[in-house]
Amino acid sequence: MNNAALENGPSAAADPGAAAPEPVPQWRRTLRRLLRRRMAVAGAVLVLLFLLLALVGPLVTGSQTRLGLTHLLAGPSGAHPLGTDDLGRDVLARITGGARVSLLAGVVSTALALVVGVPLGLAAGYYRGWADSVLMRLTDLVLSFPYLVFAVGMAAILGPSLRNVIIALAVAEVPSVVRIVRGETLVLRSQDFVEAAVADGARDAAVMWREILPNMTNTLIVKATVAIPAGILGEAALSFLGLGVQPPQASWGVMLTSAQQFLSQDPLLAVFPGVAIALTTLGFNLLGDGLRDVLDPRELL
Amino acid sequence: MTLLEVSGLRVTYRTEDGPVLAAKDVSFSLGRGEILALVGESGCGKTATAMAIPRLLDDTRATIGGSVLLDGVELTALSERRMRDVRGKDISVVFQEPMTSLNPAFTVGRQIGEVLRQHTGLTRRQVRERVVELLDLVGVPDARRRAGSYPHELSGGMRQRVMIATAVACDPKVLIADEPTTALDVTIQAGVLDVIRDLREQLGTAVILITHDLGVVAEVADRVVVMYSGRHVEHSPTAAVFDRPQHPYTIGLLDALPARAALRGGRRRLTEIPGLVPSPATDPDACQFAPRCPRATAECTAARPALTGADGGDGHLVACYHPGPRRDA
Amino acid sequence: MTDDTPVLEVEGLVKHYRGRAGTGTVRAVNGVDLSIGRGEILGLVGESGSGKSTIGRCVARLTAPTAGRVRLLGQDISAMSRRELRPLRRDVHVVFQDAYSSLNPRTKIGDIVAGPLRQHREGDVRERRGRAAEMLERVGLPARTATRYPHELSGGQRQRVALARALVMRPRLVVADEPVSALDVSVQASILNLLLDLRSDLGFSCLFITHDLSVVEFVGDRIAVMYLGGIVETATRQELFAHPQHPYTQALLSAAPVPDPREGRAGRRVVLRGDLPSQTSRVPGCAFHTRCPVAVDRCRTDAPVLTGITAPDHLVSCHLVTPEAGGPDITQGGNGLVHHTS
Repeated sequence: MNNAALENGPSAAADPGAAAPEPVPQWRRTLRRLLRRRMAVAGAVLVLLFLLLALVGPLVTGSQTRLGLTHLLAGPSGAHPLGTDDLGRDVLARITGGARVSLLAGVVSTALALVVGVPLGLAAGYYRGWADSVLMRLTDLVLSFPYLVFAVGMAAILGPSLRNVIIALAVAEVPSVVRIVRGETLVLRSQDFVEAAVADGARDAAVMWREILPNMTNTLIVKATVAIPAGILGEAALSFLGLGVQPPQASWGVMLTSAQQFLSQDPLLAVFPGVAIALTTLGFNLLGDGLRDVLDPRELL
Repeated sequence: MTLLEVSGLRVTYRTEDGPVLAAKDVSFSLGRGEILALVGESGCGKTATAMAIPRLLDDTRATIGGSVLLDGVELTALSERRMRDVRGKDISVVFQEPMTSLNPAFTVGRQIGEVLRQHTGLTRRQVRERVVELLDLVGVPDARRRAGSYPHELSGGMRQRVMIATAVACDPKVLIADEPTTALDVTIQAGVLDVIRDLREQLGTAVILITHDLGVVAEVADRVVVMYSGRHVEHSPTAAVFDRPQHPYTIGLLDALPARAALRGGRRRLTEIPGLVPSPATDPDACQFAPRCPRATAECTAARPALTGADGGDGHLVACYHPGPRRDA
Repeated sequence: MTDDTPVLEVEGLVKHYRGRAGTGTVRAVNGVDLSIGRGEILGLVGESGSGKSTIGRCVARLTAPTAGRVRLLGQDISAMSRRELRPLRRDVHVVFQDAYSSLNPRTKIGDIVAGPLRQHREGDVRERRGRAAEMLERVGLPARTATRYPHELSGGQRQRVALARALVMRPRLVVADEPVSALDVSVQASILNLLLDLRSDLGFSCLFITHDLSVVEFVGDRIAVMYLGGIVETATRQELFAHPQHPYTQALLSAAPVPDPREGRAGRRVVLRGDLPSQTSRVPGCAFHTRCPVAVDRCRTDAPVLTGITAPDHLVSCHLVTPEAGGPDITQGGNGLVHHTS
């Protein structure tokens, strides 16, 4: 509409609304464009199913830890739609319980990483200087380890628990958040509107918070759709290795560990948590790809 | 003698918010060796019109209607393969930004030579000689040495001259120049405009010049088509459009120019055109300028005015029910 | 501060910065003096690479000068820290060329215009909103524009918003860097009219930076012409356009296309030969001698000084200007000229 609405003169000035009817809000345009992408919609559906499973599932299914010694390793049945495990526990209940753990690990570790990484990245990109150089070398150091290797190391030091898994995953995620935010800040800080704010007398914190940060929300949303499944996968991996959630609490990683011993007797025991992990991360990745296309920040600048 | 005849040209872009009518029923003709300016403000459809001629619009997004006859050949009906021969050979284009149109990885001589190799049967040595000739023609000093330069080693003005040399390499009948001097400084622009004029003198190339700058129009064009919201509103020899502008939009455009204000001498106030450009999605059967026009009457909103001969003859056409020179209210 | 203290005084301003690796020092501004009086619009005109925008950035202290003084209302701001500068930013505001990139796309118009008030802790939220709405109406936009986002406005409307933001603090000086260059002529006309109206209503001074001679001829009270980091000529608008003395000013005037096929500024054009020397090179003598059609030996070795030769308020930096004859007529010069008598 920009090229259409070439304005001028007193009458235009008196009524610019005449030529610019109430525009479609940005988020609705974005949503409409997202819905036109089949893969993104599929991803969104998978993510929604996962959220439903994690938030509502445990209320519907029974206890995930109640033992049922009369029906060990039972196949799917009316009472146990996905069967039972080696201790007779309901697999469906454990899957939904595991979903909750996954969600917690993915979302909380990502949120933590953003809370720590965003201010660091903003400051590094805005002030540059020696602090920036030191910070960048530190992130280089962390990023030189594969994400999982670093998280495993951290978790091994901190000791096995869900809380420590989340901390380890958050710390492993921080450097990439810092990098992205710093890069965006470098671009944005040379934009005219940032200079204009500086020329207006804005304090540094106000420039970073009000001018720069709001213009990277799209990047951060896309980043989150990558970081959350990475966190989910990370939790599953750490729990699988015994560094995370401890039995009897359910986690998809823990379920895979115990399923290992019964692979020949009851392969389904490994299939269900495996499929859950795969579908969830697939969902986030598809949604993230779609958002990346739709939320191209260049279009907004 | 008519070389290019454009009639009823229509360009429609498909966009997310529905179709945009970039050009609506535009007609004009171009004689050999003539310089025709398409002038108007952003969004008036001048670029869409000109780029539709060599069919350089993305055909997944744009549809072209109407007729374009080049030397009697209907271009809109040609196959894409035949059209490729026409482009570069019969019709060539110079864009606004010379840096992005040149490949930074090759010397300018090689890039000019590439066009020659594609469209002519010249030998390697002949190509090299011709490249130097062309660079000479467009006023690149020390042409033999400059042919070995890379684009980044040249200034903006020199790059634009190289672009023009590339465009005229095969001695095209029509050169389309889209804002060729807009990115250049005035002292550099003056030289590039000289080159365009010289081409017409020396090669007899006909030029369609797309510009928003009425100063440039006055300096080089023989005839002018003034466009507004996808339509041509006035069409006349250059001198007439400046001396006796007929359409209220043309008059408004001229009076808005600070340089004309200076020439008029008067007080320090520019004439503004009230209102906004209409949405390009609509095409009402009315004068599109009427909502902003000081002369508008009921007639203007009842039916679209046709392009008709204005007072004074000499092919001065105007699409207005109340044409005529400036009136002081 | 007395009433005749200039709002802005620049003395010996130098700005050099490091170019990309291996390209050496960019000498953007090499010793510039200028001053702007109360309510005066100084048009700073030059082509790309002349250093005109760098001067604007030094004046608004978006960058620190390498050397020289910038005095705002008598106070030297050239070496102040960001913190010291903050209170002074009430008095100088900036309008940028590109109204698309100079407004934060994520901020509502009302908050953009009220921004400077918030930064300087003026009034409460309601009062600021009121003043922003009043300012929007002053620049010809309805108060309800405050709830819109920049992308919902046209280019001209955005530039009005940029003006409103720049003026909401009632600054003493506005630095306008090519404020109308990205606009269509009819939109440009309304913004230029608006700027002159606001200037007479609010009485601010303005450093108006542009490459467009016709714009500066319309809007400038006094005009300074820049070439390669230095001012080559300064005079009142009428004087500069009627009697340009410096060969570069003459060439610039003659090259500007005139929208009148019969008038043509002088009936003929002088086309300068060659290109602007690189900003990283140091040109000995007069910076313009490499392209000057009338340069003599002295021009290649001695740098001329900007002084009033024919009149105290018409400053020119050229060896060939004499009190008797004024400036040289470059159309009479021999080398490197193309004449057009069309």
